[in-house]
Amino acid sequence: MHKESEIRDPLILGNKTYHDITRDIARPVEGKANKYWWILFGLSVFLFLWGVGCMAYTIGTGIGAWGLNKTVNWAWDITNFVWWIGIGHAGTLISAVLLLFRQKWRMAINRSAEAMTIFGVVQAGLFPLIHMGRPWLAYWVFPFPNEYGPLWQNFNSPLLWDVFAISTYLTVSTVFWYIGLIPDFAMIRDRMSKTISPMKKKLYTLLAFGWSGRAKHWQRFEEVSLVLAGLATPLVFSVHSIVSMDFATSIIPGWHTTIFPPYFVLGALFSGFAMVETLLIIMRKVVNLEAYITIKHIEYMNVIILFTGSLVGTAYITELFMAWYSGVAFEQYAFINRATGPYWWAYMAMMSCNVIIPQLYWIKKVRTSFIATFILSIFVNIGMWFERFVIIVTSLHRDFLPSSWTMFSPTFIDIGIFLGTIGFFFTLFLMYARTFPVVAQAELKTILKSSGSEYKNKSHE
Amino acid sequence: MTTTKKYWKGLAQLHDDPIVEKLAQNEFVEELPVEKFLGDKENLSSTNSSRRDFLKFLGFSTAAATLAACETPIVKSIPYLVKPDEIIPGVANYYASTIYDGRDYASVLVKTREGRPIKIENNGTCSNSRVQASVLSLYDSARLKHPLKQNQEASWRTVDSEIVEKLSNIKEGKIALLTSTILSPTTTQLIKEFSDKYKNVEHLMIDSTPYDGILDANLDSYGVRLAPSYSFDKADVIVSFGADFLANWMANEYATDYVNGRNPKNGKMSKHYQLETNLSLSGANADKRIQIKPSEHGYLISSLYDALKGKKFDSRLSPIVKSLQSANGKSIIISNSNDKNVQLIVNAINNKLNNYNNTISINEPTHLKQGNTQKLNDLLVDMQAGDVKALITYNVNPSYSYANSSQFNEALKKVDLKISTSLHNDETASLMDYVCPDSHNLESWGDASPKHGTYSLMQPTISPLFKTRQFQESLLVWTDRSDYLTYLKNFWTNNGIDWNVSLHDGYFNISEPKLSLKNFIDKSSPINLVSSNEIELELYESIALGDGYQANNPWLQELPDPLTRACWDNYLTISSHTAEQLGLLNWNVSNGALNGSLVDITSDDVVLRNVPVMINPGQARSTVGMAIGYGRTKAGKAGDNVGFNAYPFTNKKTITIEKVEGEYEFASIQLHHTMMGRDIVKETTLADYIKDPSSGNHRETYATYKGKLTADKVSLYDEHDLEHGHFWNLSIDLTACIGCGECVISCQAENNIPVVGKAEVRNSRDMHWMRIDRYFSSDMTEELSAEQKISMIDMFSEMEEPSENPEVVFQPVMCMHCNHAPCENVCPVAATTHSNEGLNQMTYNRCVGTRYCANNCPYKVRRFNWFQYSDNDKFDFNMNDDYGKMVLNPDVVVRSRGVIEKCSMCIQKIQELKLNAKKSGKPIEDKDAQTVCASSCSTNAIVFGDSNNKESLVSKLRTDERAYDLLDHLNVRPSVFYQTKIRNKA
Repeated sequence: MHKESEIRDPLILGNKTYHDITRDIARPVEGKANKYWWILFGLSVFLFLWGVGCMAYTIGTGIGAWGLNKTVNWAWDITNFVWWIGIGHAGTLISAVLLLFRQKWRMAINRSAEAMTIFGVVQAGLFPLIHMGRPWLAYWVFPFPNEYGPLWQNFNSPLLWDVFAISTYLTVSTVFWYIGLIPDFAMIRDRMSKTISPMKKKLYTLLAFGWSGRAKHWQRFEEVSLVLAGLATPLVFSVHSIVSMDFATSIIPGWHTTIFPPYFVLGALFSGFAMVETLLIIMRKVVNLEAYITIKHIEYMNVIILFTGSLVGTAYITELFMAWYSGVAFEQYAFINRATGPYWWAYMAMMSCNVIIPQLYWIKKVRTSFIATFILSIFVNIGMWFERFVIIVTSLHRDFLPSSWTMFSPTFIDIGIFLGTIGFFFTLFLMYARTFPVVAQAELKTILKSSGSEYKNKSHE
Repeated sequence: MTTTKKYWKGLAQLHDDPIVEKLAQNEFVEELPVEKFLGDKENLSSTNSSRRDFLKFLGFSTAAATLAACETPIVKSIPYLVKPDEIIPGVANYYASTIYDGRDYASVLVKTREGRPIKIENNGTCSNSRVQASVLSLYDSARLKHPLKQNQEASWRTVDSEIVEKLSNIKEGKIALLTSTILSPTTTQLIKEFSDKYKNVEHLMIDSTPYDGILDANLDSYGVRLAPSYSFDKADVIVSFGADFLANWMANEYATDYVNGRNPKNGKMSKHYQLETNLSLSGANADKRIQIKPSEHGYLISSLYDALKGKKFDSRLSPIVKSLQSANGKSIIISNSNDKNVQLIVNAINNKLNNYNNTISINEPTHLKQGNTQKLNDLLVDMQAGDVKALITYNVNPSYSYANSSQFNEALKKVDLKISTSLHNDETASLMDYVCPDSHNLESWGDASPKHGTYSLMQPTISPLFKTRQFQESLLVWTDRSDYLTYLKNFWTNNGIDWNVSLHDGYFNISEPKLSLKNFIDKSSPINLVSSNEIELELYESIALGDGYQANNPWLQELPDPLTRACWDNYLTISSHTAEQLGLLNWNVSNGALNGSLVDITSDDVVLRNVPVMINPGQARSTVGMAIGYGRTKAGKAGDNVGFNAYPFTNKKTITIEKVEGEYEFASIQLHHTMMGRDIVKETTLADYIKDPSSGNHRETYATYKGKLTADKVSLYDEHDLEHGHFWNLSIDLTACIGCGECVISCQAENNIPVVGKAEVRNSRDMHWMRIDRYFSSDMTEELSAEQKISMIDMFSEMEEPSENPEVVFQPVMCMHCNHAPCENVCPVAATTHSNEGLNQMTYNRCVGTRYCANNCPYKVRRFNWFQYSDNDKFDFNMNDDYGKMVLNPDVVVRSRGVIEKCSMCIQKIQELKLNAKKSGKPIEDKDAQTVCASSCSTNAIVFGDSNNKESLVSKLRTDERAYDLLDHLNVRPSVFYQTKIRNKA
């Protein structure tokens, strides 16, 4: 008896050939940028420079340029830090965890997701640096041989754990990303003419790391990818767990919560996927990748967002329950104040953007619409920013002694720096989109055949 | 024989070739083509090397200039040519002296370092924040630096000769000498001698806040115009009608006695009733506070007298009457009224209650207030008539503080010779012909008799910073003499005083016979209630600034008011009820800072526009209060145009308030006013305390497998070894703390705490290492919400509102020096660590400024240097001023921007103490161990010491039933602990 299983929808549309893929991926690198790219790039660079100015002003005059005060000593700085770190998470999940689970649909999006991770972590890394009162002494947080005693770091401090967690994460992500890029760089190298653009050729030759496409290279490539995926997978969980410990190990009601590590990791994946969607929906249009980044990808990611969003919502409710169940008056007040105090609007923004709005993804029509997804992903990005703001500011602004209670209001500089990092992020991303193979074409070509549709179509002819 | 060896550089030289000589003469064998190079313009512009050379030279000279500029700036310090014996660099000298500036009096010890006074310590008497802060006023760069003639710099010689000549030429008309109350016996004598020389001299004394009512009433009752001294420690019942005797009323010496009479350990506390309009510091400490309108003041006192005579009385007074009935000879009734008729009734009540010679001593009067406003009024009439030919002022500023200052200024124009001896070119001095600047207290010799039989001496602790001369010396010069020191010394030596001993001690007593007075005559007449619907105004002296004399002192400007917790301002205090009626609001803006509505206030012809309104619980309905001492125009950069001048309203009773457009930005350091049902200040009543000393001090327990345990028994932490060596502890008695804020200024002076200015205080970035939290009670309690089934959300939101007449508690909070410190764990660079003496230490130069410690501090006592606060023109206060910086304590580092700072428990003093003990080989004595907050506390509410010394007071307090740790459920094990607040109420 012959049983043919139902053929899955193809992951690459448009009856592409191998060469088509090569051409499509190399096009942005080889061709000239269009008008939209220049507009977006100009805007991003402007924002970036604006942010640089605000940072320089802060370093020149003091942290007093921000809206912080004696009670709320962290606000937008750490909110932005956690937000950017969270955004980074989807990249590693897509490239490492989904690789291990052999999820082939990841191949069209993993390159950009990883780029987003690295660029996000770069933004995140800025904040712990510039939020210091004396950033020129920031190197003191690294253990290095010194003649100050010698003076060692305080290994009890979660901030020190952060230093290690983030530097490890950035290193592993960058290496993983680069390894994956090698065959694609080689492809661009090979296409590049030595006479027309010798510098570029040289650069891509250097980046291709001597890749020759031999079977041995492919074998090593596969092995390294697998090993790095294995290394990166725990990082997906560790980095944000450690970031959450900045709060969880403190004694401030609203921070001192054991649920934080899983809750932060889920939140990070949630926000990471939302950011991937925001970026890819724009990118597929701008660099003509409609055939590769399809509604299928978007739908898969929407399902993950729906799942993590619901879990994050559960975490919010668990927090409320624990506050009530603990019977600790300080804890109870912290959560009543979150929901009904002066920052109720931030709490509402968080709840609606993160818990209520993603529930729309239960509807198939919403989940398979580019426009709806784009709008919803923006909501999630906003909601997750508010989540961190709510956790940081509303816990601090009214803690134990009412005499110290106050509020926080951002200054011009606070806002400028945040916009500056968004500008910096997009500057990097847009530069990446013009110089890097934005889709892992070497990998992608492996699924072209397996989709089978091409042959089927041919046989019908 | 010696030979000179000759070395040659080449064969040519050996052979004496002429080329060698030629080369030696001509260094450049070929002529440098300078002319060719620079002369040929065309070539110069076209040559390639000229640009490159230019860049090379530019690069080199830039690099050279940069390197040269990198040199460390040289700070010149000049060593002593001959070192004075008493000065050892690094070792402080203390001199006993007296602070008296015409308002605040205190016998003090002045700490000097390398010849600079840097700190005021109490010398066994009460002082206040203004006394503490006066050391900064010494270094006020707004002080006059030389004499002035017609507002131009002049020499003393010119000024003196012209003044003497002009004074001598006055044949008709009088010479008026307008001074503050004079405490100095020698000055009084000098004035007398001055009068003898120039004839027709009239000496008038005025007080900026007049006490004519009391003085005149005593003139009627006893035949002498004086004010009695009070012994609040002997009183069982204290009834104060508006008199803020714990702060500014009469003298600043009552707080110690008051608290001594309220020690629950004795099983007895005085019962304190306060009937007042504004919420004063005394009212905040009272056991029962009754809100009254100023118009009811006289009537209620009269009614109280009626009650004691057995007649019908106002029902509000019934608890007071009941208490007074059993306190014969053991009560004190006082009133802040300046109305003689009211004070006559007060006298009559005190007489009826047999208080004279028991709790009130009229025979040993205080000398602190002797002013006579009527005489000034008369003088003004004379001045206007042109009868006053010369006016000399000393320690007074009537152009600012006189109710009708414009009238004074007008009259002043008719005086031929106007001389001021003010330290500043202030509102009055700037109108004078001559200003002969007085030296500051700390630069002057002097004496004072604050009270009958009590004397103290003033000695200079620094030579005058500027070309100033103390007033007494001026009087001597103007009477053709000089050398006040000899005059002073002779005066007291002739009176049989051992000069050296007295100068060392700073004070001495002379057993003078008590004054013999006539018998008491009751001249009182009853006062009836005049009901009024208008809004009544009562002025008060703010705790920080008093009458505004030291308005240019930034420490005082930034000292938050103990009740409203706002600084750098005065405002109209109003009750929430009246504010609502008038549509006036207070609200918090997005960063939490407080804003208020603006009003115009008018009373007859006096108008103040755009005055902000501060809703203050405790204010009586339909009344407003306003502090004097603000709105100076010629005080200096810190004091000018801060707040509004309320003196013109001195004699106004009622005002009309009109809301105007706009809003005002307050700088309040406490934006939330209630305890939110939390166990922050634990309190109980005296009756409960007597039954059970630990009442009110319940500790929460937690269920464990070992049964119910308190938080400190279920710790996961390793313990620090606190058994060996010292264990520095600080006990704060909330019953004894009256909230005056003296310790805050004392701490600021000792620890080089910067002033940050109004805008930064408004951003909640005050830098004080210790603060005095003030909480009001709220009508909503947890019990009430349980009873009435009110939801938790509603309960908390209602708890935020203070009662209309709340109970008030004060709680000094500084770093608790936790022994399980949350801040220490979280610092990534280990900049804050624990000492083995129970102290939490901050290493400024290790701090990178992540502020994680400040976030994790449950007491929020850590302060961050948001900006560079020293040598920064944006913070133009004492640390940006060459004179102001002289007050800095060399033992304490001035922090740079970007680091956290906090209370160190005066580690520099502990270190000095330990070193001294080591040198002398003797153990540290309990009395020597002091932080400045403890040593400056007039009520001994703060006790510091070594808990491992079992003899120490603090070790006994540590185990007292009243002792508790703030937020003890966190188990942070503070080294600072509190004693429960005990009220004497039912």
